[in-house]
Amino acid sequence: MKLLDYKKVALGLAAGAGALIATTGAAFAAAAPPDPLNSGDTAWMITSSALVLLMTIPGLALFYAGMVRKKNMLATAAQSFGATCIITVLWMIIGYSVAFTTNPDSHLNQFIGNFNYLMLGPMGLKAISPLAGTIPESVYMFFQMTFAIITPALIAGAIADRMKFSAFMWFMSLWLLFIYCPIAHWVWGGGWLGSMGALDYAGGTVVHLNAGTAGLVACLMLGKRVGYGSENMAPHNLLFALIGASLLWVGWFGFNAGSAVTAGYNAGMAAAATQIATAAAALGWMFSEWLIAKKPSVLGMISGAVAGLVAITPASGFVNPTGALIIGVAAGVVCYIASVWVKKWLGYDDALDTWGVHGVGGALGAMMTGMFASNAINSASHGWLIDGNFGQMWIQFIDVAAVFVYCGIGTFIILKIIDIVIGLRVSREVEVEGMDINLHGETIHG
Amino acid sequence: MKLITAIIKPFKLDEVREALSAIGVQGMTVTEVKGYGRQKGQTEIYRGAEYAVNFLPKIKIEIAVKSEMADAVVDAIASKAKTGQIGDGKIFVVTLDQALRIRTGESDGDAL
Repeated sequence: MKLLDYKKVALGLAAGAGALIATTGAAFAAAAPPDPLNSGDTAWMITSSALVLLMTIPGLALFYAGMVRKKNMLATAAQSFGATCIITVLWMIIGYSVAFTTNPDSHLNQFIGNFNYLMLGPMGLKAISPLAGTIPESVYMFFQMTFAIITPALIAGAIADRMKFSAFMWFMSLWLLFIYCPIAHWVWGGGWLGSMGALDYAGGTVVHLNAGTAGLVACLMLGKRVGYGSENMAPHNLLFALIGASLLWVGWFGFNAGSAVTAGYNAGMAAAATQIATAAAALGWMFSEWLIAKKPSVLGMISGAVAGLVAITPASGFVNPTGALIIGVAAGVVCYIASVWVKKWLGYDDALDTWGVHGVGGALGAMMTGMFASNAINSASHGWLIDGNFGQMWIQFIDVAAVFVYCGIGTFIILKIIDIVIGLRVSREVEVEGMDINLHGETIHG
Repeated sequence: MKLITAIIKPFKLDEVREALSAIGVQGMTVTEVKGYGRQKGQTEIYRGAEYAVNFLPKIKIEIAVKSEMADAVVDAIASKAKTGQIGDGKIFVVTLDQALRIRTGESDGDAL
């Protein structure tokens, strides 16, 4: 009996207290501006950031390391890991400021952001970026950081097996600041390409065409590996590459669906489009290879998947499932031809096909975004085939051309400077003996 | 004494070992090796880069026996390791000058 009484009293008190707090809270709410923070969006965006980080470590690290010879596996993985670390710090110090703040001079803002966000000084606990109004700026900054990390890390694929670690770290740093940050600002940070109406949902041009172009320039400048074309350079462990590619696939949902910056309809459709395009591209590459080379390789099917992921990246938030399917198939077939046949004909040593998959796939995806973008899916877009806006194709082309030209020239200059000051390529002796033992003092045993 | 070295296809090892056990061979040394003779390897293709794999995995067996047993051992190995396909392997017999069992100090015939 007494126990029941206590319960009643406790409940009564709780109800009374609750009513008091609710009314008091309402009064306070009326006095202060409502918090724009959306916890669903915030939770999703923190998750997305972690997923995109997973794409680099260990996704890209394993994908690339598995494809090189045993003597270079650690050094290859070290490039992804090292890039993650240095870019994180540089992004915090100055990168975010240059890319994602608004320059007070509206003319300059077409090309570059403000410099007042150094060390993220002005970013308080409750800061919110105008570019992402329902999540903390700390989360938006972190999300964008993970994109800034993976973009230069991708370039490592083109120059695998032959670049000095010191030169690589310098390259990552300078390329981030002078190439990635401006281009990110042009398309996403309020600059001229975004203002012009270029459609790049998650970075087909900003990330993939950008990294791919840099890769092409870098592999041409560094030259072919010793023994290229005659020596056995078979992948040491394709299972690592498969694991890496799978981590890339899963992590990519943070990349594409996270680019909605909200947790809602657009994120959902972007996720669906991503899955469909990726599988379609893997099949596209697989069947092309099966037909032409007689056997469907594991390396081929995972490469096809990555090509699909790349191509759907700019389109993911703008297309419907059918558009995604077509983009996927096209990417699988085109990137297969580019990476296997065109590379063979032209003879350049893009070791892990950064240009063939990311460069070509990114450009293809950007153009096909113009073709299949649908106003019904995303009210910010008017595409060619569904909405009848052929002008979008021209805008997409300018985006592609601008990134290609700026990145190409800029990458050349940066690499030239590094080469003059400290040299880019390892010595022949180091290259033949192996990067792991010579650059890092470590080996994979067994 | 004779030292018999046999290069055989890896999947034949168990059969050969059982046959040798049956005729009284009490020990052997087995190594994983690579080699080629008339059998050619496969071609691997990685994104268009073709590599002909010239060396094939084989198993090398080394057995030291008293001279009287040598012929029986060679026959046992040859009959069990044969498949009739190219790449079955080879057997070499050389004369062994000395042998010693480390634990007991027994030498030559007593060591085998």
